[in-house]
Amino acid sequence: MTPAVSVTDVWKFFGDYPALKSVNLDAPAGACLALIGRNGAGKTTLLRTIAGFSRPGKGTISIFGSGPRNAETRRYMGYIGHGISVYDELSAFENLTLYAKLYNLPNPGKSALDWLERTGLSRVKDGLVREFSRGMRQRLAVARAFLHEPKVLLLDEPFTALDDRAIAVLQTVLREALAAGKTIVMSTHQLREALELATHVALLNRGSVAFHGPCTPEMVSDPGWVYARYGEG
Amino acid sequence: MAFVRQVFVIMAKDLRAELRTKEAINASLSFGVVVLLLFSFAFDPDEETVKAISGGLLWIVFAFAGTLLLNRSFARELNNDCLDALISAPIPGAALFLGKALANFLLVLAVELIALPLFGIFYNVHWTKQFWPLMLVIVLTTWGMTVTGTIFSALTVNIRLREVMLPILNFPILIPALLGAMQLTSILVSGKPITEDNESWLKMLIGFDVMYTAVSLALVEVVLVS
Repeated sequence: MTPAVSVTDVWKFFGDYPALKSVNLDAPAGACLALIGRNGAGKTTLLRTIAGFSRPGKGTISIFGSGPRNAETRRYMGYIGHGISVYDELSAFENLTLYAKLYNLPNPGKSALDWLERTGLSRVKDGLVREFSRGMRQRLAVARAFLHEPKVLLLDEPFTALDDRAIAVLQTVLREALAAGKTIVMSTHQLREALELATHVALLNRGSVAFHGPCTPEMVSDPGWVYARYGEG
Repeated sequence: MAFVRQVFVIMAKDLRAELRTKEAINASLSFGVVVLLLFSFAFDPDEETVKAISGGLLWIVFAFAGTLLLNRSFARELNNDCLDALISAPIPGAALFLGKALANFLLVLAVELIALPLFGIFYNVHWTKQFWPLMLVIVLTTWGMTVTGTIFSALTVNIRLREVMLPILNFPILIPALLGAMQLTSILVSGKPITEDNESWLKMLIGFDVMYTAVSLALVEVVLVS
């Protein structure tokens, strides 16, 4: 069976510096792969390469058998990066309808309203994003990423700096996504939140994969275990 | 059909965002008006001199004022990492580029069309004798300027000194188009028509637009994905 996300012998160089060194990873369909590692280990670079924002220097990436820059692949891929990826000058509704139109959804207005409702933002749908609180902006970012019902979700430190309500919203939509058979690849420093969801774990260390395998009960009960066993200590 | 719709979605988004804040258009328009005003004080030219230098004067003002708008085109996407979301959306790079280029074109054209009557007032020149040919030259040159400016705006978006780099990269490429525009504008502002003698400048402007639009559409995907 074709894995949902497959990374084969991927190298990425910034100048002469190898940010990723022969990375091999697979995420089966319906899995939640947690990418962990210290700062600078290459988690964000790997996620951006999987998302197609950056070309690998060597090696191949495939999402359900196709390259990440393929338009069809992008249609079923969702990405949350460090930024919220919504426009401050537009209202919440305008932002979501913009993305709904770009993803060619059949009824952009309805999709936008549904997600504003799910993320508790329907009351402020016509408010400009620049007037939103941080938590509201983060919930809008979640709505933006999930709006087109992606089959593969790439999340770069999704729990970082979220308020309690945004964490609850994100955890709910992630659990629903996993229950619906969607695939999640997320980089994170918040081991406890991530390992509660993860089915697989990959530990990156200086651009290389130090460990890749299923999430075990030892990891869930002691989130530092994988670092102690496979990391640099 | 989907491609055309995507182009218009991007164009509408850029225009809406700019018209809400008016950051770049206000800066561009103010710059254009101030430079026109300063030159009128500095040189106090007679009518014949104005007609002779009108092309150079106007296109220097339009080019620099336009750069202020073009600089914002992709830089606007850096706020909140919106560029990532656009690149990951299932739209071709060409649609993204064309949408942005059209929005930039309309904004730069608006600044030029406001600055032109002011030029007539400040320099006491009756510039409307060859109105439609002049509009054709302005539209053709502005599209060329916008296309090269938009692709270089994408190329320099992640550079710290992008405000400086954009004109450094864009103006040398624009020299043929600006030369043609300056020649034709001086002739048309003087009230003379485009004749066989200077028609080649017009053909060159059309060629410039076609060539750089095609090159930009072909290269934009490479420029956006590092």
